[in-house]
Amino acid sequence: MNSSRLAQRLVQLGFLGAVVLAWYLTTMQGHINPLLLPPLGSVYREFVSLLETGQFWPDLRTTLYELAIAFLLAAGAGTLIGYTVSRSGYAIKVFDPLFAGLYAIPTILLFPLYVLFFGIGPASKIAMGATIAFFPVVLHTTSGLSYVKEAYVTAARSMGASPRQMFWNVMLPAAFPVLLTGLRMGLILAFLSILGTETIASFSGLGHQIVELGENMDTAKMFAYIVFVICIAFLLNAAVSFAEARGQRDLA
Amino acid sequence: MKRKLHPATARLGIIAIALFVWEVAARRFGDPLFMSPPSRVLVAIFQLAHEKEILAAVALTCWELLVAFALSVIMGLVLGLIVGLNRFTRGSMYPVILLLYATPQAMILPLFVLTFGIGTASKIAFGVSHGIFPVMLTVAAGVQNIPPILLTSARSMGANRRQILASVIFPHMIPSFFTGLRLGMTAVLFGVLLAELYVSQSGIGHFTTEFTQTFQPQNLFALVAVLAAIAVTLNELCRWAESRFSRWHA
Repeated sequence: MNSSRLAQRLVQLGFLGAVVLAWYLTTMQGHINPLLLPPLGSVYREFVSLLETGQFWPDLRTTLYELAIAFLLAAGAGTLIGYTVSRSGYAIKVFDPLFAGLYAIPTILLFPLYVLFFGIGPASKIAMGATIAFFPVVLHTTSGLSYVKEAYVTAARSMGASPRQMFWNVMLPAAFPVLLTGLRMGLILAFLSILGTETIASFSGLGHQIVELGENMDTAKMFAYIVFVICIAFLLNAAVSFAEARGQRDLA
Repeated sequence: MKRKLHPATARLGIIAIALFVWEVAARRFGDPLFMSPPSRVLVAIFQLAHEKEILAAVALTCWELLVAFALSVIMGLVLGLIVGLNRFTRGSMYPVILLLYATPQAMILPLFVLTFGIGTASKIAFGVSHGIFPVMLTVAAGVQNIPPILLTSARSMGANRRQILASVIFPHMIPSFFTGLRLGMTAVLFGVLLAELYVSQSGIGHFTTEFTQTFQPQNLFALVAVLAAIAVTLNELCRWAESRFSRWHA
């Protein structure tokens, strides 16, 4: 088992190595226009200078600020409304398909309108991110809370649990994994749509920076920024996984 | 309220009330440059239906969606099976796919445009880059959650590898496969439309930008409403297929 895990790690490393090697070889010989795929070395130099000079800070701050506000709005509204709806089976039947249907609508199309309403600054990205992230949160909250096993609820009630105890000690722990999935999807969708809307219309943020570099044909620096954003996404993901494991352990 | 309305009726009622509030609010307080009541949007839909350019743009977007979705499903299915069926490839590649899935593709949108041009190809490619991952992940997860007892009993009854694939693994995979189709559909919509908005030379993105900049909210809403109707229809189709093909799944 242990040696097969090691082999799997080796395959993963090999995959990464193959990508890097292919990149290095194709760009070295000049087979590919450096505007499309810049040489590995120059991307590395740009990346190092990016980290050294710290010029990514203003854009990173804007994007993370937008993400934080959008996620808090979506998570707050989503859990609150989801909880309210999950209180009654009738409300679930009425609202759940409604939210699911709205979720299927590509909200991103409304973005030009959001720019009209909220301006071209961070507000329109926050609103867009919050709108898109709201639906997975509310859908998962409703389904998580409404599918708690009947036996748990009956047992707790027969042991005389108050409504508050019922919520904190029975409903929440039982629904927790599903709730977390919703929050996680919400966070990823918010990040995705904020970066996406920054590329469409913005004056700041990581998405805007990348597009601007691309339009100025400064591809080496653009790739450096892309690598940087991938690192941020990776860290964000790791943080969520950590919080998830932590939360599950605390509730167990 | 003694007798409760049927949930679907109540839902329609809520939608009707929302439309009514929107109508009144837009007429009384809304700035006609930014906001448009639903009645005018409805009129605009019929007006736009006569404009050839807009019809062509909608048809083009539908074509992009269709191709991107088909490519995502085929490639996602094949890759998902390759990754999911073998214990070793699953262990090694599944985390890689998860990581790629969590990476926001939106920021490499300029790269897609550089590589595939500003035409249809870049939008399809960008849509595929969004749609392929949900399909791949759900297929890989679907074939891996098969209870071992089913495989053992099939094998002990003398099924060969092909029979096991056809009669045990595929049927078991179907519910999660259709979930993947639905998620993939949503992702493809997001990807294609985002690319449309970014490169707004032709197609839907061009018109949404134009309607916004020339302050014709009724046309913008009409266009969004048509696309939303298409999206909801596609979604319902996937949901229907999901329940239809997993009916035997108790």
